[in-house]
Amino acid sequence: MGNNPAKVKTVYYFGTCLVDMAYPKAGMAGIKLLQREGVEVIFPQEQGCCGQPAYNSGFRQEAKDVAWKQVQVFSGNNYPIIVPSGSCAGMMKYHYLELFKDDPEYYEVKKFCDRVHELTSYLNNELKAQYTDKGSPVKLTWHSSCHARREMGCTDDSKALIRQLKNVELVEIEREHECCGFGGTFSIKQPEISAAMVHDKVEDIKNTGTKKFLTGDCGCMMNITGHMGKEKVAIEGQHIAEFILERING
Amino acid sequence: MASNAKFNFKKSITDALADKQLRANFKFATDTLRGKRLAVFSDPEETMHLRKVGNGLKRNVLTKLPQLLEQLEAKCKENGIIVHWAETVDEANNIVLDLMEKHSAHKMVKGKSMVSEEMHLNKFLEDQGKLPLETDLGEYIIQLNNEPPSHIIVPAVHKNRKQIAQIFADNIPGVSYTEDTSELLAIARHKLREHYRTADIGLSGVNFAIAESGTLCLVENEGNGRMCTAVPPVHVALMGLEKVVEKLEDIPPLYRLLCGSATGQRITTYFNMIKGPRKAGEKDGPKEVHLIILDNGRSKILADKQLRQTLQCIRCGTCLNHCPVYTRIGGHAYGSTYPGPIGEILMPQVEGLDKKGSLPTASSLCNACEEVCPVMIPIPNLIRRLRDESYDMDGEGVVKGHGFKKSLVETIVWKGWKLTQVNATCNKLMLLGVQLFGNMLPKVGPLKAWTSVRTSPKFARQSLKDLAKKEGIRNE
Repeated sequence: MGNNPAKVKTVYYFGTCLVDMAYPKAGMAGIKLLQREGVEVIFPQEQGCCGQPAYNSGFRQEAKDVAWKQVQVFSGNNYPIIVPSGSCAGMMKYHYLELFKDDPEYYEVKKFCDRVHELTSYLNNELKAQYTDKGSPVKLTWHSSCHARREMGCTDDSKALIRQLKNVELVEIEREHECCGFGGTFSIKQPEISAAMVHDKVEDIKNTGTKKFLTGDCGCMMNITGHMGKEKVAIEGQHIAEFILERING
Repeated sequence: MASNAKFNFKKSITDALADKQLRANFKFATDTLRGKRLAVFSDPEETMHLRKVGNGLKRNVLTKLPQLLEQLEAKCKENGIIVHWAETVDEANNIVLDLMEKHSAHKMVKGKSMVSEEMHLNKFLEDQGKLPLETDLGEYIIQLNNEPPSHIIVPAVHKNRKQIAQIFADNIPGVSYTEDTSELLAIARHKLREHYRTADIGLSGVNFAIAESGTLCLVENEGNGRMCTAVPPVHVALMGLEKVVEKLEDIPPLYRLLCGSATGQRITTYFNMIKGPRKAGEKDGPKEVHLIILDNGRSKILADKQLRQTLQCIRCGTCLNHCPVYTRIGGHAYGSTYPGPIGEILMPQVEGLDKKGSLPTASSLCNACEEVCPVMIPIPNLIRRLRDESYDMDGEGVVKGHGFKKSLVETIVWKGWKLTQVNATCNKLMLLGVQLFGNMLPKVGPLKAWTSVRTSPKFARQSLKDLAKKEGIRNE
């Protein structure tokens, strides 16, 4: 079934803490999409959070301790580390370097960072995954997380995967560039501004006339679907990996 | 906005968000400005190259700032410009006042200057019985309405045409209400021309000061800056000490970055290069030119290698136009001379975290500001740095007011969180707790804020770790 079985044998999978706690099906779908390409997936049970919540909140040492733990957990082999989140991937690929910039561990951390890939970008660029759509026609829209867009630069990869699905019509939202207002603890420290942002994002999604939106980041999804739930907006949100797996399995 | 007034960010956010007209005005204006910027910087590769050049030039300036300032002073003196140094805004204000007193000046025409806003110069001069008059159209409008600017480049961005028409009708004697923009412009032009002719002194900002030649560069579109610097007998220029550039060749890339980022223009209508007062035999120009170089905390910012990047700012305001927070709450809500992302990092450093430390919380760290900053200031990283210093857990902060947020509760929460992420047993216990009780948590604390506009998050009965084990995914 795999397209490139000889090319890549094994990858590590970093599930992210939010996926672990709230969206395990999305996490599992990511693993299955990788396995489908003939890749062996290792999921270290000792993994935790990437450290971003503390890093962004002003608790650098705690973030650093958690980051170092992840570096150790994934240090057994030099396999690529695949992350089903642009935000966590961005943290691990770029901000770990910032955290350890003055430390002797920097070079070890750098090697770790170089191995980090966002899931859809890895599927599209490295594995050249090809999908045959077995689902019935559906119209949907796409929400890109800020870090998928501005740090990992993987928005086009995610969309390219969606566009492979023949019966799926992708309608783009008007203000895709704009943050949904999650921002981790920002949504708690500045709830009113965050509320205004997520409200506008939901309006944008409503304006596409679709009944479903996909995203590659469960933080944004929790924020957007949470507001939709409160406002009784009948639009469903789903992680891209889970959606693709459903479509190709029929 | 007066810096000494008690600053309540939370209240100003609530008020701003409730003002639907304000939000609509900002959305319209920032959408327009973003569109214009994109039209000028349409080639991403070329733009990136230009930004790297701009970043390099400003970094270079900051590595040798003292020498460049000395050179600037010497060259200005050679050109007949009188240079004054001010460490604080009080000193700068008093230098301006002394100059006015010396020339028996009462009326001052002002071109746009953010440094003068930083000094709260208008209020200071008014308190001394002087008459400072703004001549930039946006500044003129808001001065009539007794308001501070709400944007670095477009000070009256928060007003629409009808509101401006009303301000004119209410505040200019003999003017009746009109929404016709050309009529409004004609009224302003007529009033301002009168002031240029009769002012005793003119004041301006400085966009770039060239060290090698002692030239003051002024970027503008309306021609009012030229009037302020050329018509009155005395010209006073104000600059923050970071505005110096090394040489003339540095100007084109920086000018292009500034115009493109600020207003989406390739060049502005006017670019003034001032190299001294009127010379013998010349028919126009001021008889005296003064340059006031203000520190106001900048040299302290310069001393820290990470924070010094704040001083790369060329005051284009594009981070404001691209910030989803600024777009929604507007400039006044920040209660600071500089609003938006740049204000979030600059103001706490200038005024202290204890006074302005709440500003860096107003960012979702979406990186939109960093993506567009013409001189590549890593604004999100600097926001994080200031958040770190707000808690300053290790007592090594360098920013004034560091550690003002130190909180035992938050410290315990984050230490507890850390434990659940680095210790496998604690992680298992935490996951079990979330599975059993996560969906029954009382809506207090963070969950209260979250659920004010969202349903509670739903936690899964089985974690990904459980599922992976069940599916036989290799563990290592």
